[in-house]
Amino acid sequence: MEGFFEMFSYSFMIRALVVGIPVALCAALLGVSLVLKRYSMIGDGLSHVGFGALAIAAAFNLAPLHVAVPIVVIAAFLLLRLSENSKINGDSAIAIISSSALAIGVIIATMANGMNTDINSYLFGSILATSDSDAVLSLILSAVVIVLFIFCYNRIFAVTFDETFARATGTKTNVYNMVIALLTALTIVLGMRIMGTLLISSLIIFPALTSMRVCKTFKKVIVCSAILSVVCFVVGVSASYMLETPTGASIVATNIVAFVLFWIVGKVKNSN
Amino acid sequence: MALLTCNKATMSYDGRVVLKDLSFKVNAGNYLCIVGENGSGKSTLMKGILGLLPPAGGSFDFSDGLQQKEIGYLPQQSAIQRDFPASVWEVVMSGVLNKKGFGGFYNRADREKAVSNMEKLNITKLKKRCYGELSGGQQQRVLLARALCATGKLILLDEPVAGLDPIATNDMYEIINDLNRKEGITVIMVSHDIVSAVDHADHILHLSSSGEVFFGSTSDYTHSDLGSRFLFHNCSCNVCRMKEHNHHIYAQNHREGEV
Repeated sequence: MEGFFEMFSYSFMIRALVVGIPVALCAALLGVSLVLKRYSMIGDGLSHVGFGALAIAAAFNLAPLHVAVPIVVIAAFLLLRLSENSKINGDSAIAIISSSALAIGVIIATMANGMNTDINSYLFGSILATSDSDAVLSLILSAVVIVLFIFCYNRIFAVTFDETFARATGTKTNVYNMVIALLTALTIVLGMRIMGTLLISSLIIFPALTSMRVCKTFKKVIVCSAILSVVCFVVGVSASYMLETPTGASIVATNIVAFVLFWIVGKVKNSN
Repeated sequence: MALLTCNKATMSYDGRVVLKDLSFKVNAGNYLCIVGENGSGKSTLMKGILGLLPPAGGSFDFSDGLQQKEIGYLPQQSAIQRDFPASVWEVVMSGVLNKKGFGGFYNRADREKAVSNMEKLNITKLKKRCYGELSGGQQQRVLLARALCATGKLILLDEPVAGLDPIATNDMYEIINDLNRKEGITVIMVSHDIVSAVDHADHILHLSSSGEVFFGSTSDYTHSDLGSRFLFHNCSCNVCRMKEHNHHIYAQNHREGEV
């Protein structure tokens, strides 16, 4: 317990929580929609593109966010198009873009400063990587996402549940998809510094999947995912501090535990 | 008065012209069935009516105070909805969104509408159930209740009985009949089930991939070339035999009349 409170005496820990909690919340909310629309892979694809962008930024000594934000946003629109277009196989297209971005990123990073710990922290995240500007952006982003989910909740449900019906009855589904893709891109760029490019997509996918084991209505899934995501994030960060384990991996591990617990609860509930 | 007028509509899909200069009218209170083999342009026509795909030529005109977004649409069930965590109530309520502004909060009138439509379709006691755990027939009723929340005038049904068992199929046809006769709701139904289509609908639109089109009343259809070719398909069930019989008598009388 002492260790838990001691953790708050370090400013980098506070910053990590200030950046991370809103990001975890946004990722969970957006994740419900993405997972249910079978767009989970977009999150994974975007994080790899983000890695490439960070490598470029580091190589040319540019501010990471200034490079990563525009590149990942463009990639988000592109991936959304690919997934919507039934003629191209969306899954393979995303896989190709992911691995290409990763490959290019590694080459650029290695050419610039040799294969060093920097790449490791990109891939698996680092609690030390967040800055004050990250914290500001993170708070703004989460405010936007929360407002969107409160005011457009019914529309988001309609678009997620049945896009064709929503479009036929006059909802601008393209706008909603684009807004969600844009916010997802921002969430990923912010989150991948802590979580790492390889692990950030778990922040989007896990809470939704875990909640769906137990919750059977959309509203409950949304609320449960948001709470679960924040709890797992805080528990994961604390555990990583006290056990000296890598931060991103600890958060994912916490999510795994939560998933297994919910899965068991869901099984028991169903068998009754 | 015509609720929907399809005015020389030409629809193309993937750069291929699927429907050319198609014209037909649906009056208030009609029950129109759209039939035809796969690839004849049924779904494309439906997308045109719903405004999901703009026509390459011609137009779909709505009158009588009906807007395009006020069509109560019952989509074909897709795999994506099967395990969706949503309560019946949440699904039915989402039907009222077409009358809302940007955000879309529900008010008391919306909730009352949803309640009354659920009563109409006898799904009130399913209100709190999870949509994904219902049977196929129940799911269709829920989606139909949602469609009714979106409209008071016209429902457009895409293969409403596909994948349903025979009992649920009959139930569905009965519900649609009731909505048409008792509630006065205009019905447009896309169907593969041509025998039932002829049994229930008062108008038929038959599309074929060769470009041949029939539009008219059901009795005219059963005696048309296109209709008889489709209805009498070496099937020896009672319904088909009866129809074949009637058709022969009709044709005979016609010939005698001509002589």
